[in-house]
Amino acid sequence: MSTVEQQPPEVPEVREIYDPVADTPTNYRREPAEAHPPLDYPPYKSTQLRHPKQPLVYLPHTVTEITGPQLDRAVHLKPTDSDLTIQTTGEPIGERIIVSGHVYDTEGKPLRNTLVEIWQANAAGRYAHKWDRWAAPLDPNFKGAGRTVTDDHGRYEFTTIRPGPYPWGNHYNAWRPAHIHFSLLGRAFSQRLVTQMYFPDDPFFPYDPIFNSVRDEKARERMISTFSIHETQPNWAQAFKWDIYLRGPAATPFEEAF
Amino acid sequence: MIFEVTPSQTVGPYFAIGLPFGDQQHVVADGTPGAITITGTIYDGHGEIVPDHVVEFWQPDPEGRFADLHGYGEQSTLEGFRGFGRWCVEDGDGVYRMLTIKPGQVPFLNGGLQAPHIDVTVMARGMLHRVVTRIYFADEAQANAADPVLQTVPAERRETLLAQPTADGYQFDIHLQGPGETVFFAL
Repeated sequence: MSTVEQQPPEVPEVREIYDPVADTPTNYRREPAEAHPPLDYPPYKSTQLRHPKQPLVYLPHTVTEITGPQLDRAVHLKPTDSDLTIQTTGEPIGERIIVSGHVYDTEGKPLRNTLVEIWQANAAGRYAHKWDRWAAPLDPNFKGAGRTVTDDHGRYEFTTIRPGPYPWGNHYNAWRPAHIHFSLLGRAFSQRLVTQMYFPDDPFFPYDPIFNSVRDEKARERMISTFSIHETQPNWAQAFKWDIYLRGPAATPFEEAF
Repeated sequence: MIFEVTPSQTVGPYFAIGLPFGDQQHVVADGTPGAITITGTIYDGHGEIVPDHVVEFWQPDPEGRFADLHGYGEQSTLEGFRGFGRWCVEDGDGVYRMLTIKPGQVPFLNGGLQAPHIDVTVMARGMLHRVVTRIYFADEAQANAADPVLQTVPAERRETLLAQPTADGYQFDIHLQGPGETVFFAL
């Protein structure tokens, strides 16, 4: 984990138009350009016609950007939503794994009661999706989607099947490293993140333009889970841990205001 | 100590496995008085439709109150108001359709009011990070003229942020690239 020293954050000054509560930022940190992949990344060919060419316009963080949906009520969570191995009457094929971790902001504060949504291919690397037609078997007992909310410590946990890698059409002999898609809402519109969790030591890493679209090596490492013998359940499931960091408050309140 | 953020990756082609839930495209409950439909088409740099896309809305109610505030101000009392909508149909005609209600005005940073607006996220295969835009309303000329965010947008591009009235709501097309490219914001 790459870290830098900084002064403890100051307590945000209270503005009359809002009624801020503790731990709820009034202003989020601006993210450095290299923190996320560029929208224009020629090695990933589909970016070519789907990235803006005009400069982005600076958006201050007003009340619309520092609030956000709390979807846990809307999605009607069921216990089977976080266990992808019990969503049908039969057992899916593959390596049973537990994927768990915490959702923090960049100050290290846990995000409690925040929705975590995942989707993934099956053990053979095939998605239960009508567009996925490559010659790997579908598993009638694996749908490949899960949802949960973080607990009071910001922790989430899924039980699932380790997904396989799969070929795609980006270039000759292109394969995606095995991954699980993650969608996070955080607490604010500014924190919205969709990303992918990878597995340690995947041999396809050097060849995948999506993984390598994150240009900073340390940033790429933040997308890779770690094997955890401690979280492994004896005679039941392997375990991988992955912590997710959403943007946190700016170091100085109102540094972005104009 | 401060940690670095987890990088974004594309939502990919198969998000329809994981992202849909119930009445996801309902920012307001069905039957809410004053409900409108906001619809539009997503286009790529060749002017072709983008059939696989995710569009998300976040907005206040007509009183300028949010559904989930996490501590800020007064919460919306509009029954069934979620303030959030998600469109994630992957084999459509490039058109998104959200059932919502026209938002009210909310404060700007140091006082004053913003024009009615909706924050919008767009994601798709081929997009390594989301893009963010704002829907403003073409029939709010006076409020738009005083909006502090809209004033920072180059005048010749402001039109791309204006939803146009239709019979049952508004139309707001999104051009990811090319002529009439929608204004996207750095958040």
